[in-house]
Amino acid sequence: MIESAPALQIADLRFNYRHGDDVLAIARFDVRAGERLFLRGASGSGKSTLLGLIAGILSPQAGRIEVLGEDLTTMGAAKRDAFRAARLGVIFQMFNLLPYLPVGRNITLPCRFSPERARNAADAGGADAEARRLLDRLGLDPAEFWLKRSSALSVGQQQRVAAARALIGRPGLILADEPTSALDADSRDAFIDLLKEECAASGAALIFVSHDSSLADHFDRALDLSDLNTASVTA
Amino acid sequence: MSGARFPILSLALRSILNRAGTALLTILTVAISVTLFLGVEKIRHGARASFENTISGVDLIVGARSSPVNLLLYSVFHIGDATNNITWESYQAVAGAPNVAWTVPVSLGDSHRGYRVVGTTPGYFEHYEYGSGRSLTFAEGASFADLFDAVVGAEVARELGYETGQEIVVAHGMGSVSFVEHDANPFTITGVLAPTGTPVDRSVFVTLEAIEAIHLEGSTGRGTALPADQLRAMDLAPEQITAFFVGLDTPVAALRLQRQVNTYPEEPLQAVIPGVALAQLWSVIGAAERTLAAVAAFVVLTGLVSILTAILTSLNERRREMAILRALGARPHHVFILLVAESALLALAGAVIGTGLTYAGLAGFSPLLEARFGILIPQLLPGLYDLAIVGLVTAAAAVLGAGPAWRAYRHSLADGMTIRV
Ligand SMILES: Nc1ncnc2c1ncn2[C@@H]1O[C@H](COP(=O)(O)OP(=O)(O)OP(=O)(O)O)[C@@H](O)[C@H]1O
Ligand SMILES: [Mg+2]
Repeated sequence: MIESAPALQIADLRFNYRHGDDVLAIARFDVRAGERLFLRGASGSGKSTLLGLIAGILSPQAGRIEVLGEDLTTMGAAKRDAFRAARLGVIFQMFNLLPYLPVGRNITLPCRFSPERARNAADAGGADAEARRLLDRLGLDPAEFWLKRSSALSVGQQQRVAAARALIGRPGLILADEPTSALDADSRDAFIDLLKEECAASGAALIFVSHDSSLADHFDRALDLSDLNTASVTA
Repeated sequence: MSGARFPILSLALRSILNRAGTALLTILTVAISVTLFLGVEKIRHGARASFENTISGVDLIVGARSSPVNLLLYSVFHIGDATNNITWESYQAVAGAPNVAWTVPVSLGDSHRGYRVVGTTPGYFEHYEYGSGRSLTFAEGASFADLFDAVVGAEVARELGYETGQEIVVAHGMGSVSFVEHDANPFTITGVLAPTGTPVDRSVFVTLEAIEAIHLEGSTGRGTALPADQLRAMDLAPEQITAFFVGLDTPVAALRLQRQVNTYPEEPLQAVIPGVALAQLWSVIGAAERTLAAVAAFVVLTGLVSILTAILTSLNERRREMAILRALGARPHHVFILLVAESALLALAGAVIGTGLTYAGLAGFSPLLEARFGILIPQLLPGLYDLAIVGLVTAAAAVLGAGPAWRAYRHSLADGMTIRV
């Protein structure tokens, strides 16, 4: 089964934006399948950049990035985009939702972009049913929220909808880029616990980045980007 | 791969609907500009078609030799004067030629309060046709019954408030303040013609014999003192007429007869085929109409630029939307297509609505256009031309939309995973 492949294997990675100084230089960085990892880093240290590389939106100048057993660096851009649609879930810091789609449609969006996600959701009882289940699990009553305008939600609610969208169709790896930095302490902890549980339930690995080291305790493992990254970035 | 399934169009549509207010205004701008353009086009073509059918059913117009356009101008439009008259003998020679079904002589030179007086025969009202074979009809009364009877066109009746039974006096020459009035011989209006949108509306028709009678004692006199009874008994066949219209048994005879007339040995005559001369004339005066079309086209461009404005203003706000789509697996070119599609959809909606408005308006106003201006709109349902305009406007919007779309495309490449706020 593909789930048994490591979630991430990075080797000898080097990356810079438009031939500037290296932002990232990582000799080795592995994440096991299903592992929930906390990656700490100061602002500007390259956390988002690293996630962009793992998502295949950026491509490195050197090195190898294997995600869920597949080598991104040998794929073309089109294949990487398709791979991302099929196997990854992404949660941003804020503004995760398309404002012109209601909550339900936002969650099922990945199933419309990727046949594989649609298939996985269908196996779990259909995209809509799966989306409602996730919404419910994340503490939002589907009956109330399904048709709500995304822009009418509080930030915390938006983040939970974003988590549901990232999780639908059983992606192998969830990338969360400071998804709690706009939340207060209570809803932050609740959000992280829900996210962790759902990742565990669907067997997805989680890479959660933040500059807030107090969150580290929630996770299987915590790393500091500056320990991995040997590039001299102004952090 | 996911590319084929990427639901670009439905997203573009949703995104437009989300900004329904702005979108509606943009669509309205395009719709109005397209309505204006198509309306101008329709009326332009209608005006041209109506103009080229100012006189139909007449196969040849014969007059003194000058230029075809000149002959047309004075004989049909009553603009300017004939260089020469033609003799009654020549008229009868042509009238007797083989294949000639009918002839209608016209004698010009007098006027009534600024309107041309046309001396002619009752045949004029039978044979004159305009538009696609429409005959003159009487709104009131009938054709001449007596020597000093007159028939007035629709505009003359409307402007001067004439009805049948009223008496009018004709004057020598043109101009509303005439030099000499033939006031010894007043005319009685026996008929008012229905509107045609042709120069007929601005004409006063009297009998050819009456023209002869009022000029018996010199062309610039006040008329003749002879009593009407005596005049009726006289042979008032004119010596000269200004021009005449010829109808043929078969239109194919027109060219041969035209050649014969043009080479008539007794007198320098000229015959023109009305349709040909009208088209020639239109090519001269059509310049204004083309300018109008150009202006209308620029209005459409304004409409398209409003789409561009709407998209550009929303672009920054939508930069994060693009980052979300990228994270979901959208290809960079999907971002490009999304914005181009949006621009094209706005234009398409505007153009379709504009076309609908145009035809609704034409359907509503065509009776008025026809009655008041004699402009017949030939086609009251959208056709290929309108389809082409809709397509063109949509394509132009797509091309214009490519500008902001390219910017969004560059952003989505440069932004990577970061959402710029
Ligand atoms: N699109 C870009 N083009 C050029 N340079 C960039 C771009 N994005 C980031 N950088 C630079 O790369 C470095 C790392 O940025 P990155 O966004 O990865 O940091 P981060 O750790 O996510 O910071 P934050 O915690 O503020 O989100 C920074 O020096 C930044 O200026
Ligand atoms: Mg960041």
